[in-house]
Amino acid sequence: MTTRRHALRAPLAHHFDTLEQQHDANVLGMWVFLLTELMLFGALFLMYTVNRYAYARVFEEGSRHLDLAFGAVNTAVLIVSSLLMALAVHSAQSGSSRFRTALLLMGTAALGTTFLVIKGFEYYHHWEAHEVPGLNWLWTGANAPQIQIFFMLYFFMTGVHAIHLIIGITLVAIMLLNTLRGKYNEMYYAPVEMTGLYWHLVDVIWVFLFPLLYLVAKH
Amino acid sequence: MHGHIIPTRTYLLVCGALLVLTGATVAANFVELGVFNTVAALAIAGAKAALIVLYFMHVRYSGGLTQLIVLAGLLWLGLLLVGAMDDYLTRGWLPVPGK
Repeated sequence: MTTRRHALRAPLAHHFDTLEQQHDANVLGMWVFLLTELMLFGALFLMYTVNRYAYARVFEEGSRHLDLAFGAVNTAVLIVSSLLMALAVHSAQSGSSRFRTALLLMGTAALGTTFLVIKGFEYYHHWEAHEVPGLNWLWTGANAPQIQIFFMLYFFMTGVHAIHLIIGITLVAIMLLNTLRGKYNEMYYAPVEMTGLYWHLVDVIWVFLFPLLYLVAKH
Repeated sequence: MHGHIIPTRTYLLVCGALLVLTGATVAANFVELGVFNTVAALAIAGAKAALIVLYFMHVRYSGGLTQLIVLAGLLWLGLLLVGAMDDYLTRGWLPVPGK
């Protein structure tokens, strides 16, 4: 007798008593991982706080060199992507058609990619203006070393965030393919839910990066 | 079926609230409030993060253990920021012997 290569996975692993218990364990484990991510970004937020406290005026000037419109649009793009992700998990857990879930995942990945493209334009803009520390830094105004710290933090924080978003898009793409192949159903959708938790955390990080980088001073 | 299913309507309302708050934080940037600009921006960011964590990430409907873990994470993040900053803010208060 032959078995299908991608046979449906048994919903309940043998070391759990109930699906509910398995679900709670999955969520708990994922949150512990997400908190290590929070500590990683926490260290970056701490670096930011120390330097902003020391060079408050200069950070205001640096912030004015960021494009508020790009930042605000990107914030909205990520929020809507999170909505689609939440709806994709909802669709998977309530046993909707796999195409509905796949479509929502596709929308999530597309908006995530839109965010990166907009960020890319911003980076290009800073490159043209010689505002990239270490690569083509050229500042003729006052307080050049302190402004450089602001831009270092800007590129470091948004860069680490972008890497997380790239990982998120990759995970969503894998969920999309698996969904279309019929690997998930309303009894087994944990990978989709965990990808959702990761995606929302990346959104939460941006929710703080936006005011801290773009809204330091009146534009 | 397992795990609490939140109605689609709730997700749409939360998303609407998040977009309105984003508009509010951008609008607040054009009003001169002194230090309160930063306070307002961080308060709005905190409210948005709470909405995402409670509804999109289902923590409001999660088990007590998960909620406890989330709170513990916030506590440790707070310790990191407060512990480091009270050092930086008070460094100059006392003279260092021999310096």
